[in-house]
Amino acid sequence: MRQRKTYRILTFHTTTEAMAMEKSAIKHQIPGRLIPIPTEITAGCGLAWRMPTEEYPLYEDKIRELGLSYDKAVELMI
Amino acid sequence: MMYFDHAATSFHKPPQVAEAVYQSFSKIGNAGRGAHAPTLNAARLIYDTRQKLADLFEISDASRIAFTSNATESLNIAINGLFQAGDHVITTVCEHNSVLRPLYRMKQQGVELSFLPADEKGRMEYDKLKEIYRENTKAIVITHASNLTGNVTDLSIISAFARRHHLLLVVDASQTAGAIPLSVKEMGIDVLCFTGHKGLMGPQGTGGIYVREGIEIAPFKVGGSGVHSFDHEHPSVMPTALEAGTINGHGIAGLNAALAFLLETGVEEIGRRERALARRFIDGVRNIPGVILYGDIDAKMRTSIVTLNIGEEDSGQISDILWEDYEICVRAGAHCAPLMHETLQTVHQGAVRFSFSYFNTEEEIDRAIAAVRELAEETGEEVI
Repeated sequence: MRQRKTYRILTFHTTTEAMAMEKSAIKHQIPGRLIPIPTEITAGCGLAWRMPTEEYPLYEDKIRELGLSYDKAVELMI
Repeated sequence: MMYFDHAATSFHKPPQVAEAVYQSFSKIGNAGRGAHAPTLNAARLIYDTRQKLADLFEISDASRIAFTSNATESLNIAINGLFQAGDHVITTVCEHNSVLRPLYRMKQQGVELSFLPADEKGRMEYDKLKEIYRENTKAIVITHASNLTGNVTDLSIISAFARRHHLLLVVDASQTAGAIPLSVKEMGIDVLCFTGHKGLMGPQGTGGIYVREGIEIAPFKVGGSGVHSFDHEHPSVMPTALEAGTINGHGIAGLNAALAFLLETGVEEIGRRERALARRFIDGVRNIPGVILYGDIDAKMRTSIVTLNIGEEDSGQISDILWEDYEICVRAGAHCAPLMHETLQTVHQGAVRFSFSYFNTEEEIDRAIAAVRELAEETGEEVI
């Protein structure tokens, strides 16, 4: 497969939370994009936010300040 | 972009569907709420759409069809309105959550459930029906085709069993309406639930439920009906009984145009083309090392769904690469069909579902085959 890299994966309780994340990320230039939730995190379906793992600490506070809700923030090689 | 997610919702629709929705904004009022031109335009449109649906499903009385927002709503109306504590209901492991979750909720209220199993290819084990039948069995609630494997249920077997044991037959036609001919009359279907936005190629937010004459379903919503305003109780006459409140006239305008296209083209012809595209795809990928296909892929009668995995790769990752690198739209992960995933042993990995439309082309299929081949080769290299 493609070269695997480690990413920070944010999972959400609902699609609405994922949409809020994307909208705020674009507005506030938070890196990353929406992907199908990796099965290593949970079997099922849904969206997750994937961002470069090294950038997550730079934006962690910003995500919190913006009041963006998410379920887990997991480091994962995909 | 190549769109192969027709089983989730139709993306390519006849152009007259969008045009009809657009035109309806300047033509229709609220059906059944007066006698001025806009309200009558809406009532006529809705009446005509009901007639077209009756033609499509061979229903003798179109007034037995109520409009809903989708198949899930129809199934909830049926399952909540037909059963009570002490009833036993037979369903199958092939069902979507739109059947399973309403049934599980009824189970908490005392309804008993049994599941018809399926084999490793997702084929229902019809001979087990007699084993799970009980004295208090009231109904069979069953899908006409699996949204995960594309396997089509042999409704003639189910219907014969239901008739023999005087059971209600409730059919979920979410994956077959508009793609496979279905005769309510021939199959003795008591309740048919369908959506308007998949095979029927209409707008999202449209769907319906057919209820055979003689069956009363307790509605879960009551309210404005346009008639008998001083009665405390909602009218019990179909279709008003199940259509409280303003119905989706603009969406139904689009559905009407889609049905006109379907009836003119013919469901047989649409299904034939969709199956031919799916067959081309199956034949192109089935011998690629690492590709695992699910379902009864050699069956003659199937929907256009082809579900696969590549090695042990995450199905979500495969679908993401298909989109990012090839602009191919598919559905991955779980497909709201948990018991079918258990049967196919794809609970953890999920599965990548391709579902083809009448409007897809052979060239698109060939490009999809090439993409799957490339991904499988990359996966194989990594394993080595």
